[in-house]
Amino acid sequence: MNKTYSALNLFREGLRGQRGWTPAWRSPKPKPKYDVIIIGGGGHGLATAYYLAKNHGVKNVALLEKGWIGGGNSGRNTTVVRSDYYYPESAALYDLSVRLYEGLSRDLNYNIMFSQRGMMVLTHSEAEMEMAARQVNAMQINGIDSQLLETEGVRKLAPILNFGREARYPIHGAMYQPRGGTARHDAVVWGFARGADSFGVDIIQNCEVTDVIVEAGRATGVATTRGEIRANRIGAAVAGHSSVLAQMAGYKLPIHSYALQAFVSEPLKPVMDTVAFSPAYGTYFSQSDKGGLVIGGGLDRIPSYGQRGNLPVHETVLGGLCEMVPMLSKVKLLRHWGGIVDVTPDSSPIIGPSGVDGLYLDCGWGTGGFKAIPAGGYMLAHILATGEHHELSRPFDLSRFTKGRLIDEGAASGISH
Amino acid sequence: MQLFPCPFCGLRNEREFHYMAEPGKFRPDTSSQISAEDWAAYLYDTRNEKGRVREIWMHQTCRELFVMERDSVTMNVLGSTSLRASAGEAAE
Amino acid sequence: MSGTRISKGGLIDRSTLLRFRFDGRDFTGHPGDTLASALLASGVRVMGRSFKYHRPRGVWGAWFDDPNAVFNVTLKGDELPNCPATTTPLVDGMEARAVNAWPNAESDIKGGLDLFHRWLGAGFYYKTFMWPDWHLFEPSIRKMAGLGAVDGKVIEGYVADQLHDHCDLLVAGGGAAGLAAARAAAEAGQAVVLVDDHATLGGGLYQGDEPVEGEEPRQWVATQEAAIRAAGGRILSSTTVYGIYDHGLAALAEDRGFARAPRLWRMRARRILMATGAMDRPITFADNDRPGVMSLQGAAEFLGRYGVLVGRKIAVLSNNSQSTPIVAHLRAAGAEVIEADPDEGTLRALDGKRLSGVQIGGRKIDCDTILASGGLTPTVHLWRHAGGKLDWSAEKAAFVPGAAPQGMVAAGAANGTFDLDPALAEARAAALGNAPETVATGYRIKPLWPQPGAKGRQWIDFQHDVTLKDVELAARENYVSVEHLKRYTTLGMAADQGKTSNMAGLAAMAAIQGRPIPEVGTTTFRPPFVPVPMELYHGTRRGQLVNPLKRLELEAQHRQAGGAMCEYGGWLRPGWYGPDQETAIRAEVLAARQAAGVFDGSPLGKIEVMGPDAAAFVNFIYYNTISTLRPGHIRYGFMLRENGLILDDGVVARLGPDRFLISCSSSHVASVELMLESWRQDGNDPDRIFVHDTTPHWATLTLTGPKAQQIVAALDTGVDLDDFPHMTLREGQFDGAPLRIARVSFTGDASYELSLRAGKAGALWQAIMAAGAPHDLRPVGVEALSVLRAEKGFIMVGKDTDGETMPHDLGFGVPRQKKKAAFVGDRALHSDTANAPDRRQLVGLTLPEGALPLATGAHIVTTGPKPRSIGFVTSSYFSPTLNRPIALALLEHGSERMGERVTLRHMGQTATATVSAPCALDPEGERLNA
Repeated sequence: MNKTYSALNLFREGLRGQRGWTPAWRSPKPKPKYDVIIIGGGGHGLATAYYLAKNHGVKNVALLEKGWIGGGNSGRNTTVVRSDYYYPESAALYDLSVRLYEGLSRDLNYNIMFSQRGMMVLTHSEAEMEMAARQVNAMQINGIDSQLLETEGVRKLAPILNFGREARYPIHGAMYQPRGGTARHDAVVWGFARGADSFGVDIIQNCEVTDVIVEAGRATGVATTRGEIRANRIGAAVAGHSSVLAQMAGYKLPIHSYALQAFVSEPLKPVMDTVAFSPAYGTYFSQSDKGGLVIGGGLDRIPSYGQRGNLPVHETVLGGLCEMVPMLSKVKLLRHWGGIVDVTPDSSPIIGPSGVDGLYLDCGWGTGGFKAIPAGGYMLAHILATGEHHELSRPFDLSRFTKGRLIDEGAASGISH
Repeated sequence: MQLFPCPFCGLRNEREFHYMAEPGKFRPDTSSQISAEDWAAYLYDTRNEKGRVREIWMHQTCRELFVMERDSVTMNVLGSTSLRASAGEAAE
Repeated sequence: MSGTRISKGGLIDRSTLLRFRFDGRDFTGHPGDTLASALLASGVRVMGRSFKYHRPRGVWGAWFDDPNAVFNVTLKGDELPNCPATTTPLVDGMEARAVNAWPNAESDIKGGLDLFHRWLGAGFYYKTFMWPDWHLFEPSIRKMAGLGAVDGKVIEGYVADQLHDHCDLLVAGGGAAGLAAARAAAEAGQAVVLVDDHATLGGGLYQGDEPVEGEEPRQWVATQEAAIRAAGGRILSSTTVYGIYDHGLAALAEDRGFARAPRLWRMRARRILMATGAMDRPITFADNDRPGVMSLQGAAEFLGRYGVLVGRKIAVLSNNSQSTPIVAHLRAAGAEVIEADPDEGTLRALDGKRLSGVQIGGRKIDCDTILASGGLTPTVHLWRHAGGKLDWSAEKAAFVPGAAPQGMVAAGAANGTFDLDPALAEARAAALGNAPETVATGYRIKPLWPQPGAKGRQWIDFQHDVTLKDVELAARENYVSVEHLKRYTTLGMAADQGKTSNMAGLAAMAAIQGRPIPEVGTTTFRPPFVPVPMELYHGTRRGQLVNPLKRLELEAQHRQAGGAMCEYGGWLRPGWYGPDQETAIRAEVLAARQAAGVFDGSPLGKIEVMGPDAAAFVNFIYYNTISTLRPGHIRYGFMLRENGLILDDGVVARLGPDRFLISCSSSHVASVELMLESWRQDGNDPDRIFVHDTTPHWATLTLTGPKAQQIVAALDTGVDLDDFPHMTLREGQFDGAPLRIARVSFTGDASYELSLRAGKAGALWQAIMAAGAPHDLRPVGVEALSVLRAEKGFIMVGKDTDGETMPHDLGFGVPRQKKKAAFVGDRALHSDTANAPDRRQLVGLTLPEGALPLATGAHIVTTGPKPRSIGFVTSSYFSPTLNRPIALALLEHGSERMGERVTLRHMGQTATATVSAPCALDPEGERLNA
């Protein structure tokens, strides 16, 4: 049984050398059969396991992770959480995620440090202000707390930005979501893992799925490096490797894999209290609670499964940061890394049936998977438990590509999501 | 920064190249009925292999399309051929 | 007593005195010193405070491996945050302050935090601060965290040089192995670049002060350097190879002095030889973080390079044979050295800031300094950046390079060859691509790893205050993967990125779990090897050189005419002419409607498509039927993407049977050309079609308005203007140069689009202005043109269309139903979504007279308790021609809503308007031929 995390227990444990804490999750041996198998021990997979147990009472669940949980994009992202999306379908899904995040620390009894410090997308011209107005109006109608800021409003929230008119992209204003922010990415993974484990879910690490067993058109189990495991239903949340799994199981996906890079600077005393993104420079950044600037940009231009960085993107993203905030040019970069993301034609996720019976997907989140972890898990859990779409996940079904009903946030806004 | 071999210009900086598509996809004849599924497969389905891949790229400075074979994990480039030569191969 | 400067030895210049301040006190040092060596030489021990507990800290290592002494340094008003004291060369006049300590490192008011350490262990913050809410705690925690503060100043001239270079062999590391390798390769005719991060090469050769191949170390280094240069090799000192990237690209940062941006070298090497040496690792024992507990190698470096003896009475705790020459060197310099086997008993450093000794089991050694060496760890970061593998060597108790990445080889201590002569032989062989003879190593080590359950606080990561107990807690809570260990405890995530701590951390986890060390494995080695300023990546791609604007041939003329130059789709164009935007736009619109306007349309795309298959090709590319277009005629049409969405609109002219001129939107030239080339080469016979973008070669000036024809007539173009219907094209001349005149109109008034060689544009502009003067001709900017076209309901793709718009949404539905030939996007125009009844269609919105214009971006909503967006305003202006506001919008089944009153919302405010046809002016098109 997990010991409750609280200030009181922390105090008591402090008095006895923190010896009373128990594993945050067990490391059980895989059983030959489960009700549900979830492939992928990232945030989405773990959240799926948690909500399956919590919301649907499905607890005979195995979560299979080829390495260590949170080792993919969940542990490689820039931790931004927001729901400033244009289409009502997206807004509903991502805002569910933000609402779940808002209660997540207490729900999981694990401080995921969700810091609603606000998220701003800068505009650099009058034309962009008009586009931002179109976005903000849509969001407000959809119930998202989005605002349009003039230059002065931006200055109040992020005075270190370059407000000079001589800048290549002078700041005209911003689209701002106060409820957006950041969370501690590893804590989200660990919190969901601990929560799922406490319901009896088996989290099995170092267990790579090598094949999907399909019998009479139905997925009935998986072959793994730790033996064959069977289940009635299988959920897959393997961002970056969705096509690899698809090939094993025999379905097709409209996905390209690309590297997305991220950067962190040396720790500084607080200089930046919000998240700022400039689509024109292709750079966004925030400052972590530890003090490091967490910096990100757009996708690499070369399809890739290589989880590492390269100079051309560094020059675009970090050069862009130096333009956005010239005073940071002397700050040192500590570390950079890359993750592999699923890129769909409309930059929206794919949730629901895979085309192979019994196998369901939560993938295709592109660059925005972290913010959607609770919602993605919530949806996939619903689908695995009921065999039916949740009302919010239906628009994101794979069939939208056949119907032509794409949900293209990027094309709607000119901003890549 | 990677170096890609344009079959016409030799090794050049990756910034000069633009990824176009996976080869081997042929446009369906739209004068006849094509099911929505087949059209969607043509438009969107990808192989997206991990490891050895064949891809169509454009060398933007000379505007020529060519087929490059490379490893999508290690980024090692295995070779490139002009699209015309490659089309010949495919037809054989 | 602690450190002192000895009277001779080292690489410093004792004849020159440099003055500096640290934490408010005055000090001196010499050229060749680092801030750390000068402070040590002055007897300063406490140089920093740890991140979490604010424990006093001295330097541990002498170079990039020191995690403790981090300063904000100011020189002549320029301040840099978080400078490692051990790698910052001393400059006269520096003012340094320990970060994260107040008022100073010696007596930090937050030092008391250490008393609460039992509650602040690994990950404590994950277990609390949840109630009532994290936001309550976060601000004060943020203030506690962070190292140095960054000031708001931009350092003048702080611009990184960025160079491209290449070589046959890049040697990373200028110690014994690197020098030997570089010389061997250079003398064999290879283009060699030798890189070392110190100002003076030699690596660890100064630590023991023993002869190298019979020469005194400094002399040997000088001999090698001279030989390398003589053989044509290059040497970059004060330069760090900080990352290895794809295809043999090494990234180098060259230090160019304090507060100057480093220089980036993008070095493409055929082969890379890693001779980066090895690092001493700490021994984990109680209070091993005390000031005065140092790396043995670090102490040897301070002595050998800076002439600093780090203590008088030194206890050397070493489990390996590298200590022998160092101890001799320390003794020769005058220190009293007591050697002890660290494995003899339980170790504990005694007393606090003023170290007084070390306890070993039951024995106490009095000393002022403890030099600990837990063994050498090869510096394999670059190997791992490039994808090389590591092998565990039980004999050397270290990870050593295993399977090599392509084009890379390791030699010397970096390869686990810790003895000098074998390292030299190995390096020379590796430089020439030969396999070296294997020589038995003289290096001996008795492995000593952290002991789980040991008493006291034993530091693993010094800067981040991660102790053995934290590793034990992580194991207890099942954060046992080496990556979970790192992330949960923050071990290895400090500014030194685990250079001192990673081995101890994973060895501790291995010991706790009873697993072999190689099974636990390492975390990923990520660039940069040492922190580098962001400016390194910035360079000259700054200011207006970021995505440089395209400039008009006539920019000077526009400016002279009062043009307000603004960016439109990557071009710098006149937005309007005159000081007041509103007045100017109104005047320009009225002039264009009542007299004449001239507009610089040069950025409009001019892509020629020619060849025997050109006609069929263009017909396939366009949504509209183009095959029936006759030479000399022009047609308006759309290009789609294969998914049916509009890529661009514009006119296409047929110049001849096999020659077309595609005029696309100024911001879509690149994407249209890419699309054309893609279809040309992939799906057609590229020998029968040729695509050529001539946009930059031609300038275009468009005359529009009732007087336009009279002005063109005055230009003597040789074109018969009376027999020149709308949507046709004529070739004439101007000033002896070919001139194309197209009768197309984006304003709804009769227009003449004059295109000619860009170099002639100035003359044409002058002629037009002269010819137009009697007719009240005005130059018209982009803004007025936007109003003029909106009055006519003409769209701008990307503004009046969005990521869902298909041509039938804009009233161009005929080709979708009737065009027989295949065209790009054809099938997609019949998808469920394309056929949906609720598509958003282009409409106009009419407002009552006297109303204010609608906001562009306002949404049209359903009424009722839960409003839903059914469309939005894409363009909105006050029309000077009609003397009322006009607007275009995309609206769900808008074409069926003509005359309907709709409600709009903008930033919480509502407005109403009436749905109308998009065209608000001259729907019959009579003005075109007026």
